[in-house]
Amino acid sequence: MNLHEYQGKELFARYGLPVLPGQVAGTPEEAREIAASIGGSVVIKAQVQVGGRGKAGGVKLANTPEEAYEKARDILALTIKGHAVRKVLVAQAADIAKEYYLSIVMDREKKAPLIMLSSEGGVEIEEVAKVAPEKIIRYHIPLTGLRPYEARNLMLRVFSDFSQAQQAASILIKLYQVYLDGDCSLAEINPLAVTPEGKVIALDAKVVLDDNAEFRHKDWANWRDPEEETPGQRLAREKGLSYVKLEGDIGCIVNGAGLAMATMDLIKHYGGEPANFLDIGGSSNPEKVTAALKIITTDSQCRAILFNIFGGITRCDDVANGIVTSLKAAPLGVPLVIRLTGTNEDKARRILSDFGLGATTSMDEAVQMVIAKAQEEAS
Amino acid sequence: MSILIDKHTRLIVQGITGRDGAFHTQQMIAYGTKVVGGVTPGKGGETIHGVPVFNSVAEAVAATRANTSVIYVPAPFAADAIHEAADAGISLIVCISEGVPVNDTLAAYHKVLGKRGVDNPLGSPRLIGPNCPGLITPGHSKVGILPGHIVTPGPIGVVSKSGTLTYEVVKQLTDRGLGQTTCIGIGGDPVIGTDFIDALTLFEADPKTEAIVLMGEIGGNAEEQAALYIKRHVTKPVVAFVAGQTAPPGKRMGHAGAIISGGTGTAAEKMAAFEAAGVPVARIPSEIPDLIAELLQRRRARKKVPGKVAASKKAPKRSARSASEPARKPVSKKSPAVRPTKKAARKK
Repeated sequence: MNLHEYQGKELFARYGLPVLPGQVAGTPEEAREIAASIGGSVVIKAQVQVGGRGKAGGVKLANTPEEAYEKARDILALTIKGHAVRKVLVAQAADIAKEYYLSIVMDREKKAPLIMLSSEGGVEIEEVAKVAPEKIIRYHIPLTGLRPYEARNLMLRVFSDFSQAQQAASILIKLYQVYLDGDCSLAEINPLAVTPEGKVIALDAKVVLDDNAEFRHKDWANWRDPEEETPGQRLAREKGLSYVKLEGDIGCIVNGAGLAMATMDLIKHYGGEPANFLDIGGSSNPEKVTAALKIITTDSQCRAILFNIFGGITRCDDVANGIVTSLKAAPLGVPLVIRLTGTNEDKARRILSDFGLGATTSMDEAVQMVIAKAQEEAS
Repeated sequence: MSILIDKHTRLIVQGITGRDGAFHTQQMIAYGTKVVGGVTPGKGGETIHGVPVFNSVAEAVAATRANTSVIYVPAPFAADAIHEAADAGISLIVCISEGVPVNDTLAAYHKVLGKRGVDNPLGSPRLIGPNCPGLITPGHSKVGILPGHIVTPGPIGVVSKSGTLTYEVVKQLTDRGLGQTTCIGIGGDPVIGTDFIDALTLFEADPKTEAIVLMGEIGGNAEEQAALYIKRHVTKPVVAFVAGQTAPPGKRMGHAGAIISGGTGTAAEKMAAFEAAGVPVARIPSEIPDLIAELLQRRRARKKVPGKVAASKKAPKRSARSASEPARKPVSKKSPAVRPTKKAARKK
């Protein structure tokens, strides 16, 4: 799960990281109130999970509460890179003397958390990596933990002022606590800013949480933004199905993530466009199949649907039962192509043929069939 | 021969009294795996499918001389189960559980690694997974959830990040008469115990494995690392496949590790890395059997007596490597079945 900036800052504040006072607003009126309570100049920042908000006009300075109202109104009307702005963060404005970059991310290859630090803050780190890779310092946190001296020595490599280095080191230690306790896969401060008075603060927060750890973080549920989800995505989450919406017109329901990806690829290979990624998982009961069909049909304008099932733990007859039950309850309205093979395949075929449905055993054949059906529907 | 598991494998099942654990215990016994015990704390003394249940792995090891463990416990307790198996002296730990937090896997990974001696090139103790289907040595032993009916003994080593996609490809291999030495699913999490390079090392050292199928997917750079390793150290022919060519950036595609982030980890990059290393890349799964059959045939034609060749490959020598490398490159260029990757095609 990706957190919004305001959520990330809430998390940072719990661990004593220096963030400026601010609150989230959903309307221009709220923004005006918050600006009045903070007093002085404020920054209005669009809360969307994409980079380049500033360039898109999603970050504005306001000197009075009335100005905050106007700027918030403008920003709340924006759509940035396909994301409608529904919330803004209203935060105390700060003068900035210098910007740095600091993050902790899981390094899959080295199997250790990796600190990335750069004197080039305020721009996307991928950009820095392209144009000036030598300006990024990388440091793997040892298994035994991060010591204050290590944090200090790291910061002394980019900060010339000792007091600032000391503040930044303390921020790094706290950020690592956030990363560990919070089960983050990324904790990023960009920019890590120095004020003209020499105070080091976290001006932005980007946090990605490890979804697998949700069972031990009851508070994560409050952070989930229901408006970020489509109805199909919500249903998929509630039913425990992996689902990603795409732009094509061929819906696919597959068991297993690798096979689901390969199915999408195969659709593209034979000239079609997949409408989604959907993995119904290992032990699929008929209910999951019903939910999967509902997810796909509510969310996309698909013209045909493909089932691709390789029965292992998944029993083909379970899937067949799910399909028949769903179709009895509500006809689909689009053609259906079914491929199944493996555990209880014969039983599944009988269930389907009793209902007037056929099934193929070859994945390539099924994909070509579903593309043809979708094209027929389109014309 | 095979890698990691064979008829000497003595298996315990951690989480044997759970729904998945009990079901797959039965399946593994039916396949012929020597399941010598199970572990569920608090259920010691019971039996499941004729298998004695113990309260701890240490107890189970003492009573049964088990050398391998498979873990079916729920994700919140799975990492603890890995620690317990490592501390009890188990040499191969296979974690099937899906949804283990990365921080937990990381600690367990380093625990297992810390138990490994210095002079131990093939790695024991070893962790496979988490979030993997396990492994199967056709005709001898299966540890995990791979269906037994799709495999058959033969010369191909299979290593994959996926579950059902592996079944799909293995079945196609079997249907073409291309049997397998061992099929191993290494898992789709960001941090896993055994990676492609480990599996390639084992297959390279296994005299019966004559060719290798490697199936990767988007996310991370394990495929790129594997490509480099193959170029430098693997004399046996390899065919690669990468799933997720149509996956959008920034979205997790089911597996926790299958995500394109910051523009890296794309299928196109991985496919290009394999091609740059002289490894033929199948664009779709059904191309794999043809590609591997062709490479296998060429390898056998080069070495007129296949049986003896395999034996001489036991310890890869410099001469063996340089003899096969020039031969492999033209294969990838001339083979009509090898097509350019999407990226290469776009450039044209």
